[in-house]
Amino acid sequence: MTNQSLQELIGSWSPNLEFNEEGSQYLNVSVPPEELHAIMLNLKQNEQTSLDYLFCLSGVDWGEELGVVYHLESTEFRHSLVVKTQTSDRENPILDSVYDIWATAEFHEREVFDFFGIRFSNHPNLKRLFLTDEWEGFPLRKDYEDNINMIIK
Amino acid sequence: MNSALSITKNIHDWLYEIMPEGVANIVEMVLIALVYLGIFAIAGLFLVLLERRVAAWFQLRIGPNRVGFKGLLQTMADAIKLLSKELTGTEKADKLLYNLAPYFVIISSLMALSVFPFTREFQAFDINIGIFFLIAISSIGVIGILLGGWSSNNKFAMIGAMRSGVQTISYELSIGLSLLTMVIITGSLQLSEIVEVQKSGWLIVQGHIPAVIAFMIYMIAGTAETNRAPFDMVEAESELGAGFHTEYSGMKFAYFFLAEFINMFIIAAIATTVFFGAWLSPFGITESIPVLGVFWFLLKTLILVFLMMWFRWTFPRLRVDQLLTLEWKYLLPINLVNIVIMALLVWHNLTISF
Amino acid sequence: METTTLNSNFKSEEYFINMGPQHPATHGVLRLLLTIDGEIIKKVEPDLGYIHRSIEKMCERDSYQQIVHLTDRMDYLSANINNEAVCLTVENALQLEIPDRVKVIRTIIGELTRISSHCLWWGVMGMDVGALTTYFYGFRDRELLNDIFEETCGARLTMNYNVPGGLMFDIHPNFVKRVKDFIAHFKTKLPEYDRLLTDNIIFQKRTKGVGILSKEDAISFGASGPVGRASGYSCDVRKHHPYSALDKVTFNEALKTEGDTFARYSVRIQEMWESLSIVEQLIDNIPEGEHRVTTKAVIKLPKGEFYQKVETARGELGVYIISTGTKSPYRLKFRSPGFSNLSLLNHIAVGGKIGDLVATMATLDLVIPDIDR
Repeated sequence: MTNQSLQELIGSWSPNLEFNEEGSQYLNVSVPPEELHAIMLNLKQNEQTSLDYLFCLSGVDWGEELGVVYHLESTEFRHSLVVKTQTSDRENPILDSVYDIWATAEFHEREVFDFFGIRFSNHPNLKRLFLTDEWEGFPLRKDYEDNINMIIK
Repeated sequence: MNSALSITKNIHDWLYEIMPEGVANIVEMVLIALVYLGIFAIAGLFLVLLERRVAAWFQLRIGPNRVGFKGLLQTMADAIKLLSKELTGTEKADKLLYNLAPYFVIISSLMALSVFPFTREFQAFDINIGIFFLIAISSIGVIGILLGGWSSNNKFAMIGAMRSGVQTISYELSIGLSLLTMVIITGSLQLSEIVEVQKSGWLIVQGHIPAVIAFMIYMIAGTAETNRAPFDMVEAESELGAGFHTEYSGMKFAYFFLAEFINMFIIAAIATTVFFGAWLSPFGITESIPVLGVFWFLLKTLILVFLMMWFRWTFPRLRVDQLLTLEWKYLLPINLVNIVIMALLVWHNLTISF
Repeated sequence: METTTLNSNFKSEEYFINMGPQHPATHGVLRLLLTIDGEIIKKVEPDLGYIHRSIEKMCERDSYQQIVHLTDRMDYLSANINNEAVCLTVENALQLEIPDRVKVIRTIIGELTRISSHCLWWGVMGMDVGALTTYFYGFRDRELLNDIFEETCGARLTMNYNVPGGLMFDIHPNFVKRVKDFIAHFKTKLPEYDRLLTDNIIFQKRTKGVGILSKEDAISFGASGPVGRASGYSCDVRKHHPYSALDKVTFNEALKTEGDTFARYSVRIQEMWESLSIVEQLIDNIPEGEHRVTTKAVIKLPKGEFYQKVETARGELGVYIISTGTKSPYRLKFRSPGFSNLSLLNHIAVGGKIGDLVATMATLDLVIPDIDR
């Protein structure tokens, strides 16, 4: 499917989606957190989109908001889509887990939790992946400070 | 008369001259034990060296070649290093069993050595149930391994020990039955008798087809019995670290290590005695020089030892369930059929003898 | 603390064992928490982070030239391909026109890196199933490749040969001849690999039907590289999203459908043949020209998001750069192949024996710094 037809199809599912193709080689779609799981499930199960391969899941600290970026690809049609979602609650950010849609998300979400502190509801085993359980703070956030281990130029 | 044998005779006479018979007997036994201990401690070390050189040869390497002439003293140096090392152990180990285990292993393998006929009259202990004695003694070693693995208080060691137990118990059957197949021809368990029978042709020739089958089963089971690759489930370094001897260090580890190599020698020596005519020379070419019997015995044994090394450096390791399948589903039934065939051959005088 | 919580979930016969972080089969500092019933694996839980250096955080303060140097510390066995990934992302973002000579040399070096990585993997695979001799055979051939790399760029493992805009140096005059010698040599040695290990009956019994991964699961777990292709999932980035000079060569994607340990093994062996053929097609036609386009001393990427995937020896490596127009990325994420491949270990190892777990892990070809980053 072309980006144009993808946009038309996915746009018809919900009115709250924002599309953007600027500054990226993929079609970007911003999804509000409360609709995330339903849209994601649709993206995988819909026969026309069939985005069954989650090849990258990255946490991003946008300054004000904390977000997650999902890179999706269809192994059947070879089209790609980038789904973005973000939450402005920095104290207790919660997003829906998509591990039941793509199994690979289990580890990737643990990584995001480890470094950004975003909690994923319904995640089966949400605990620190790389850092120790006693670690304070979330290192990849922009406001993280560590005077001992970090070299700031 | 050859010199070595006359020396022992002279010492024997001399001892009986200077002390009462009972004491002389005991002194003689101690002397023989010490000589054997010395010879085989050193022989074990050189087997280790041999293995390292063979491994290097298989693996496109040079191997140890610096200590002594062509690296001959390398393993000596290693042994001295191990002697000087600290003996570490786990905190909650069962100390008594933990310390006892290596001795079980090393003593049982040294005991087995006493019955081999290295040449005519060069045999420390010509017991009339020789083969039976060998099988019985060689299976004591596994107790040491089980004790060592269990008492170390380490789960990897424990898994290794349990694997060792299951493996040795299974493969003991094949060793026993394949040797029994040959005993049907000889009609005796005494090792000197077995050699005597082979003067009219080595048993592997006398028993032809079933003997070859028995030999192959024996070598497979023997490799498994010594816990060497492809049956090194017990140590399986990529799975269990070091298996049952994970927690051993220094000389206690060296005992386990040495015992493995002496066991390998024992397995090869039994095969030499039972299948390849022990110290008998091929076609009796050196029958007039009895001392060369030692040479022939060691040559045949080392060829078989080399065969086992060849296995080790070529084959991947079996999985533990495949190991048991191989024994219980293949080797054991073949062995049982083989023993019946051999009995029929002997009954109908179909063996080949010159 | 962890063991007590695990203990409460145990059934009567099960026990817990700690494989790693120092263990011969984990090839680095990976720690696996195994729940075992006798010899049978009930659960595998990886514990990561023993070699985590937070490369992604370091990238946020470094310039783009510096980032390249960090990448070969991730998957050190495909260092060159990692370097290439970052360089490609930066070049695409700047819309630099890269000379054909650079593209061809990058592809050749990339494929040689893949062979070198697979040689090491093959040796280690043999060791993991107990055939210790394979290690030295693998290293014999890998050594020749390392010598070629050393002559070309001065380093044997962490090459740093790529820079944004091209290559650091031109190739050595001996390069073409030595690569041709290597191809001739390796073509006689690859069948030796088969004779020593692949055709061995014990090896086949150990690997066939073990650790089966279905195609659906492979996609769902994000498996890539030989792990995905052994399950019949066509995931070769070189085919679907060709980069550098890979669109100029013809090669077959090594595909198997069994999805077991042996299939993953044979895919890698076949990949070595394919890589040899790619190098053969290119080595005689290296175009003349510049080996580098001059870039500004301080590279500033335009505002936007850039994603580049490449096929390393282990699978799909993704570089995701979010730029705000400054000299360092705002956020840089490496999607490493080992990380996704590790996540499916529990799925395929459960129900097997300890020996199966080791064999399966060997064919996932995990490089721990790649997972930990």
